[in-house]
Amino acid sequence: MLLYIIRRLLMLIPILILMSMVAFFLIELPPGDYVSFRIQQLKMSGVEVSEDEAQRLMIQFGLDKPLPLRYWQWVSGIVLRGNWGWSLQWNKSVNEILSERIPMTMVISFSALIFSWMIAVPIGIYSATHKYSIGDYLFTFLGFIGVATPGFLLALIMAWLLFTQLGFSALGLFSKEYLDAPWSWAKFVDLLKHLWLPLILVGLSNTAGTIRVVRNNLLDELNKQYVITARAKGLSEWKLLFKYPVRMAINPLLSTVSWVLPGLVSSTVLIDIVLSLQTVGPVLLRATLAQDMYLAGSIVLILSALTVIGALIGDILLVLVDPRIRFGRLAK
Amino acid sequence: MSAQESVAVSSETAQQTPIAQKKRSAEERYYYASQRELIWWRFTRHKAAVFGAVVLIVLYLCALFADFLSPYSMDTRFEGYQAAPPTPIHWIRPDGGFQPYIYGLQRKLDQKTFKWIYTEDTSKLYPLRFFVRGEEYKFLGLFKTNIHLFGVEGAPIFVFGTDRLSRDLFSRIWAGARISLSIGLVGVFISFTLGVILGGISGYFGGVVDDAIQRVIDFLLAIPGLPLWMTLSAALPRDWPTLKMYFAITIILSVLGWTGLARVVRGKILQLREEDYTLAAIGAGASDWRIITRHLLPGFTSHLIVSITFSIPAMILNETALSFIGLGIQPPAVSWGTLLQDAQNLTAVAQQPWLLIPALFVIATVILFNFVGDGLRDAADPYQR
Repeated sequence: MLLYIIRRLLMLIPILILMSMVAFFLIELPPGDYVSFRIQQLKMSGVEVSEDEAQRLMIQFGLDKPLPLRYWQWVSGIVLRGNWGWSLQWNKSVNEILSERIPMTMVISFSALIFSWMIAVPIGIYSATHKYSIGDYLFTFLGFIGVATPGFLLALIMAWLLFTQLGFSALGLFSKEYLDAPWSWAKFVDLLKHLWLPLILVGLSNTAGTIRVVRNNLLDELNKQYVITARAKGLSEWKLLFKYPVRMAINPLLSTVSWVLPGLVSSTVLIDIVLSLQTVGPVLLRATLAQDMYLAGSIVLILSALTVIGALIGDILLVLVDPRIRFGRLAK
Repeated sequence: MSAQESVAVSSETAQQTPIAQKKRSAEERYYYASQRELIWWRFTRHKAAVFGAVVLIVLYLCALFADFLSPYSMDTRFEGYQAAPPTPIHWIRPDGGFQPYIYGLQRKLDQKTFKWIYTEDTSKLYPLRFFVRGEEYKFLGLFKTNIHLFGVEGAPIFVFGTDRLSRDLFSRIWAGARISLSIGLVGVFISFTLGVILGGISGYFGGVVDDAIQRVIDFLLAIPGLPLWMTLSAALPRDWPTLKMYFAITIILSVLGWTGLARVVRGKILQLREEDYTLAAIGAGASDWRIITRHLLPGFTSHLIVSITFSIPAMILNETALSFIGLGIQPPAVSWGTLLQDAQNLTAVAQQPWLLIPALFVIATVILFNFVGDGLRDAADPYQR
């Protein structure tokens, strides 16, 4: 087991290196750089920038050095000193900007995943045990619509409905008075008040998909002979259901983590932009527009890396939960 | 050969006894039906899928004939009709006769909020006319004409209201439909080509090539798509002409899109490669090309079509998302995503809820494609059950 985990962790290293390269060179792709963006901005506000001045800015931001060198400086800074670089746009260190936002994004993505399971598993079990009942049809239909409905467009519509009907502004993660306040119980409660909407929206399509998976798996399980045997022996219906079939039916959920997670992170970023939450979504948008490369590159890298690690955790949990899976086979 | 013979025999017997032909049961027809017919029958039994397919075809036709369908061009501005609500269409004339008509609009400034308030001026009545002459446009890019499906003489008609630059939203939605709906097809075509070629190579030749391609796919699948697309499309110069931008965005979206299709193709080829008939073909000395195109591809075309049907709405959504946050199609070109940019401001939407109408179009399109895909998936394997 330990060997398996170590092997998987070692396999992460080349992936992370590749990701850092992709992230960095993506950011370097746009013609021009932060300095030209800045100069353009200054020109628009009527300030003339001389050649010398531009050159000075280039040197100040370290943009005069060749590409591989800059990449090396960035990566070695991250690995050796935990320093993600300097955001030119915010004039702050990237660490400072992201220290609260990245956890918030990951909290939203992961809790959306857990949240969608919490809703979907009971519904899936209900649908499977009450096959072809009105409730089953209703949930199947809702699930169908849920899979297809894009979360961020629903976010727009929900924000509008809540605003016009209830006067509740769903924008942001905190009410105004708590925005800069230190963490307290009241702030936490305020956060929860704002968090439920993004959670539902981010998890929406996953919830609907999970209902289907659980329902189909459970239906397969319930037709197996051991269930009939257990029933013949007089086991209570409740115990019969939860002892094995449900466990079997929800096992596959863990194995889907690895491909559900990237989608969840994507939709978190998008919905956060729509609802202007204090997470990385809006920051990434502004950073890409301003070609603030260290900030944007760091965000892309961190999000990708955390997604891969999350997927790995899912795989490890799967091995722990399902004794039938042999490490050798999975590692292969 | 034997199938041909049996068909010949059956038609012979049918000619001999005309009554028998009539009695030919549904069961018999089922046995003689080709694969394509079977799929068609199963598909038509799926009511939601048929409904979805019909509405989608109508939507695509509307996008194709957008100039004719919409009363105005997408950037005609109507002075004095800024952020006007949808014009109500009345059907029964005050004197009782049937005739669709609209009233003129009058506006006054609300002194408190400084917003324009539009009310109907019931003293002015304008009948709705069909095939009216309006702005000139090029019909399908072929010839110039100025006939529009409907219009009103003397006053403007805004079926879905106007935006804050006083342009007709209805006309803009159909202009946007052209880009939004077609990007799904073009994008899926690109990812389909990539996916089939790379997935095919991966599955058919196996070995090192397979490993390499699979690792690339693993890597691409592990990256959250949106941040990647955002950075990629931020790299595109803002001042590119629309067409160039359009294809660039499509290619960016396909970068990740092909991986799913490649997986499907590879899995199916791995499975079919072991089938007896493939082994027989290899034994008979058929070329790789012939085996792939004649023996393997037809075996999973239906599965491919299903995957494609599900990829199109995903592509449409991604384009909408990118354009919505300002990194996709750039004005003056419009897509449903760029139209929704106006809806980003919550207070603006609270006052002009019609700005959300493009979102309904996107949602409807995506759901309809899912209906069709679901029906196709059930139909793709006609012998199942």
